[in-house]
Amino acid sequence: MALLAIDNLSIRFATNDGEVRAVNAVSLTIEAGETVGIVGESGSGKSQLAYAIMGLLARNGRAAGSVIFDGQDILNARPNVLNRIRAEKIAMIFQDPMTSLNPYMRVADQMAEVLVLHKGMGKRAAVAEAVRMLDAVRIPDARGRVRLYPHEFSGGMRQRVMIAMALLCRPRLLIADEPTTALDVTVQAQIMALLSDLQREFGMAMILITHDLGVVAGSCERVAVMYGGRIRETGPVGPLFRAPAHPYTQGLLHAIPRIDRTDDELAAIPGAPPNMTCPPPGCAFEPRCPCRREVCATDRPPLEGFAPGRARACFAPLADVRGHRETAAPTTPRGTGAHPPENRIVPVAAVAGAGMAATPGRLDDHD
Amino acid sequence: MTKPLLEVRDLRVTFTIRRPGAMPWTPPDPLHAVAGVDFALNPGETLGVVGESGCGKSTLARALIGLVSATGRAEWIDGTDLLGLSPRQMMARRRDIQMVFQDPLASLNPRMTVGQIIAEPLTTHHPGLDRGEVRDRVKAMMDKVGLLSNQINRYPHEFSGGQCQRIGIARALIVEPRLIVCDEPVSALDVSIQAQVINLLIRLQRELGLALIFIAHDLSVVKHVSDRVMVLYLGKVMEIASTDDLYARPQHPYTQALMSAVPVPDPQHDPRETVVPLAGDLPSPMTPPSGCVFRTRCPRAQATCAERLPALLGQDHQTACLFPGPLTAAEIARARAAEAA
Repeated sequence: MALLAIDNLSIRFATNDGEVRAVNAVSLTIEAGETVGIVGESGSGKSQLAYAIMGLLARNGRAAGSVIFDGQDILNARPNVLNRIRAEKIAMIFQDPMTSLNPYMRVADQMAEVLVLHKGMGKRAAVAEAVRMLDAVRIPDARGRVRLYPHEFSGGMRQRVMIAMALLCRPRLLIADEPTTALDVTVQAQIMALLSDLQREFGMAMILITHDLGVVAGSCERVAVMYGGRIRETGPVGPLFRAPAHPYTQGLLHAIPRIDRTDDELAAIPGAPPNMTCPPPGCAFEPRCPCRREVCATDRPPLEGFAPGRARACFAPLADVRGHRETAAPTTPRGTGAHPPENRIVPVAAVAGAGMAATPGRLDDHD
Repeated sequence: MTKPLLEVRDLRVTFTIRRPGAMPWTPPDPLHAVAGVDFALNPGETLGVVGESGCGKSTLARALIGLVSATGRAEWIDGTDLLGLSPRQMMARRRDIQMVFQDPLASLNPRMTVGQIIAEPLTTHHPGLDRGEVRDRVKAMMDKVGLLSNQINRYPHEFSGGQCQRIGIARALIVEPRLIVCDEPVSALDVSIQAQVINLLIRLQRELGLALIFIAHDLSVVKHVSDRVMVLYLGKVMEIASTDDLYARPQHPYTQALMSAVPVPDPQHDPRETVVPLAGDLPSPMTPPSGCVFRTRCPRAQATCAERLPALLGQDHQTACLFPGPLTAAEIARARAAEAA
């Protein structure tokens, strides 16, 4: 049985501008000890997915579906049930360690609090355990530093403190929401290496939420690519990166400059992500998709398996998606009925007095 | 050889920091944010500036356009020293030097329409233009950066992040500058939008023959955009070379460590085999190490590194290291052992 089974999870937010459908019918399982990456751009719903699992949705948010952790449905569970699960079974680390740690408390006190509350330990024993955990995340001079306040640590060290705090109760699942986005590359490499060491040491599963495909490639076994609140493609990291089967995954992989290659021009994905208050009736990626068909504008492609362990949500035949890269030039997206006309070719205009030749431009997104 | 558009010699920016709890009469401590930077920028060239947070890359940008005061010399192609100009003279000079900022929305005045925002530099530097002419030029510029010119009366909040960055670029380009300083222009944008803005910048640069100083922490983006790249660490230049040369044959141990840490979107690439870890944290710029500033974290550091300040040596590929060259397997192993300890 899977450690965590998310089934048909949808998340809605009531806002003044109407209902935002942040996550739609997402199903995903995580096995014990496994690392699963969730990749997507801002607004794709990847963080809200994690918040829903942990019962941390904002007050105007409603989640429907089911999230079974270890045989128990924890979606929308009562706070006392969730409080036992949080930290003890599932822990979470966040992007910004400074705003996630309490600035008024010494590291010793906030770490000990977790153990006193969840394990009923005495304060002295709890602090000793906190020091051991700070050692485990390789903070030099943990014994002395445990007396410091969060602001006295550097960004990387603060993130280590947060990881140590999350691991205090030896959770079985760690959810890391953009854990290295605020950090420099050299520190990012250290933190990612630390996380995978600790994961092996403690035998826990990890959900890594990130926008960085490089980070996913370096540390995950499986990955789910989200766009417009839905999973577009999922599969083991190797095959998915080698032969992406969804136009969006493919587009993302071609849009990033790479340090290990020389690329002539980046193949940018035209247009912009959809507005989730009025998502398009069909596939949300359709307005930007180079492989779109008539049916894409009206119907939603289901997430269907096409190879062992792999699934994708796309109407275009696999051969078309794969063949597209070599044959077609990037297309200009068209607007959908739900939006103001958003993407169109701007005609070449005469530039008065500027002394520069005008070129066709492309409007990139809705407003 | 062509005369460089901008030649910077020994540029220094020093902030004074009052120690917490210090007595009012104790003199404040100096913080050397930029500690003697030299480089030359040719017309039409893109110079990438990389380094970790705190290395002084943004301060360098701000010093060049006169937002913070600096010492040293920054000679413009006509022979004037940008650092010696009065505020009034610098203001006039900004017709040639413009800037694009990191946060697309925060760098636009929310109470001004897009048309007013883009027109402002034009009306400042060319007060004689009549309104119709200004409007025409603004519309032409909006077309050029891929904005619909019928959106000229909208406000910044009505645009997405990528479009706001296009507005920022249009505002910089409207006075036909010769140099644009871009401080992390794409780091706030999503991957798919980032590529659009990068492509736009490259296209405009080629069309208009602009020189760019492109500051970013993302080494892959800098590689893609730049002709030459400068690596900064604690306010000093570690290495500067043409992009191809620097990425293929980095000489400074810091450059090598920095590049090894960049995540590669390829599962075949195992970071555990490639990353050269840097021990410890960035030293405080208040108390930089003696000699070479990188020596406290360098896998190749020797006793002399603490005594001698390495000069930036070389012709086209300049390195500030007493012992330049590729890291050996033994040095990489030593770095890993130091990190694990």
